[in-house]
Amino acid sequence: MTRTRLATVWLDGCSGCHMSFLDIDEQLLVLADQIELVYSPLVDRKDFPEDVDVTLIEGAVSSEEDLEKIRRIRERTHILISLGDCAVTGNVPSLRNSIGAEPVLRRAYLDPTLLNPQIPNQVIPRLLPLVRPVHSVVKVDIYVPGCPPSANTILYVLTELLAGRTPDLNGKTRFGA
Amino acid sequence: MTQQILIDPVTRIEGHAKITIQLNDAGDVEDAHFHVTQLRGFEKFCEGRPFHEMPSLMARICGICPVSHLVASAKACDALLAVTIPPTAANLRRVLNLAQIAQSHALSFFYLSSPDLLLGMDADIEKRNLFGVAQMQPQLARDGVRLRQMGQQIIELLGGKRIHPAWVVPGGVSEPLSSEKRDRILAMLPEGIEISARTLDWFKSVMENYADEILAFSSLKTMFLGLTNEHDELEMYDGLLRIMDADGRIVADGLNPDDYEQFITEKVEPWTYLKSPFYKPLGYPAGIYRVGPLARLNLVKSCGTPRADEALGYFRTLDSQSSFHYHYARLIEILYCFEKIDELLHTPDILSDRVRAHAEPNSEQGVGTSEAPRGTLLHHYQIDQNGLITRANLIIATGHNNYAMDRSVMQVAKRYVKSAHLTEGMLNRVEAVIRTFDPCLSCSTHAVGQMALQIQLIAPDGGVIEEVKR
Ligand code: SF4
Repeated sequence: MTRTRLATVWLDGCSGCHMSFLDIDEQLLVLADQIELVYSPLVDRKDFPEDVDVTLIEGAVSSEEDLEKIRRIRERTHILISLGDCAVTGNVPSLRNSIGAEPVLRRAYLDPTLLNPQIPNQVIPRLLPLVRPVHSVVKVDIYVPGCPPSANTILYVLTELLAGRTPDLNGKTRFGA
Repeated sequence: MTQQILIDPVTRIEGHAKITIQLNDAGDVEDAHFHVTQLRGFEKFCEGRPFHEMPSLMARICGICPVSHLVASAKACDALLAVTIPPTAANLRRVLNLAQIAQSHALSFFYLSSPDLLLGMDADIEKRNLFGVAQMQPQLARDGVRLRQMGQQIIELLGGKRIHPAWVVPGGVSEPLSSEKRDRILAMLPEGIEISARTLDWFKSVMENYADEILAFSSLKTMFLGLTNEHDELEMYDGLLRIMDADGRIVADGLNPDDYEQFITEKVEPWTYLKSPFYKPLGYPAGIYRVGPLARLNLVKSCGTPRADEALGYFRTLDSQSSFHYHYARLIEILYCFEKIDELLHTPDILSDRVRAHAEPNSEQGVGTSEAPRGTLLHHYQIDQNGLITRANLIIATGHNNYAMDRSVMQVAKRYVKSAHLTEGMLNRVEAVIRTFDPCLSCSTHAVGQMALQIQLIAPDGGVIEEVKR
């Protein structure tokens, strides 16, 4: 039997949605018969592969690298899922939108009490002027709100997809859950 | 003209980072850096918000150690209210923090590092993960899942939710502990203790296979910083800060976290969004230090619980400077957490319903500290007359280790990376030293569509002249 190719990706989030995914506990090992985790912070593959069946996206799009990455992921994924409020609405990371990226950088790196105050700009990606939810950048197939969505919700979504059904999340989770 | 090796992303860590390694004309490692690639801006966007929102907002810094942020943030708010919280509330917060340290350590050891430790640094990259561990030694993987689960279940029983519980509030906690929940937690602890002890034995038995890495991971000598209590034991919630040098001499003791600005400041480097704190009186880089399990165990005389203290005896025979021993220290702390929770839940007033002090803001600023899984955490808030935040400063646990991680990357690269015959396992060792610190960067980026190994020829102006991917 060919296993479903699953990827999990972290954009600008707190990793809480990934932790909630891990909170399915021993089911993670049970699901390994049906699911192959092809790309994730938990595995060592560095390149996002072609032909991924399902990708869970945690977090909002907040840097140039996030943007480039999510576009690539979209091209290579059949079912793209916005997992958690940050991916669905921008949530906490988007609190900086009313302030702008510049003042955030100035607060963090130009404070006179620091040694060598300067805004870092080598190797690391630039911040986008606005933090955006995933669907404002690429098409999203399924939305799973929650901060984070519970482990049961995530397990439900995965088992429905494995059974070839579209999960119906009505009443199963909510924003801020 | 130099060659550069890029490891992007560093995998099996919590959060996202890259590593670059510069090679000279002879192909030897000249320099290397650890880059943290995202800034989230909490210090700025909390300005103008009511202080009582801080615990639940700041918890969103990190979904792996939200409880430590909750605790440090709530303690800073306690200081703004100028209250002493009820002792029961302090003990309940302690239990919550210990449960989280246990689950986070289990994540680090089993989910992220055990593949290197069981399957080997050079194992097939397709296998080198938790699922590969589950195939080869199912019991080990199950133990890891169970330990993490127990920590999370204790958090859920106390706080109502595994991730981002809203139970820790300024002035204490929102609800007392019921006897039924206490008993459920108590019933879990023996299994936690047993699994931790079993894992310590297993790890001890394989440690000798890593003699070379243990040595390579010890080439960086630094000071250590962490909280200790008046009995010179591990202290995860309160206490005063101690700094010890690489030879075990105490450099500073009894430092009050409230005064942190007098002795800690941070350096900004242009290649990373993460700042590097250091001990001000010694300057930079002499003032750098490490935090977290290795530091904590080096700093104290004892853990303060019997079985953890037994394990500490063996730890004392190990090289106190090798970052490799973060792993062993982490396992001892898991054992300690379960033992300590047991002790705390047996304190006579743990079920008291006096768990929250109510007050208006009474102070213009407040500092809160706690030990997070990865080390000492500081939250510092200033407010106006209306209780709105005017300034927030955070020094996160992983930040303290930033310089040490950056330099460790270079030393391990120098030891293992040979450009003439580059292997994936060499680069995995460079990543593995980062994993020992268990950084929680919780700010992200993953490169997509790039090969694991990417070698670039860099011109003196930094431009890429040629690129080879394999
Ligand atoms: S939705 Fe909540 S739990 Fe998920 S990444 Fe965002 S802040 Fe964290």
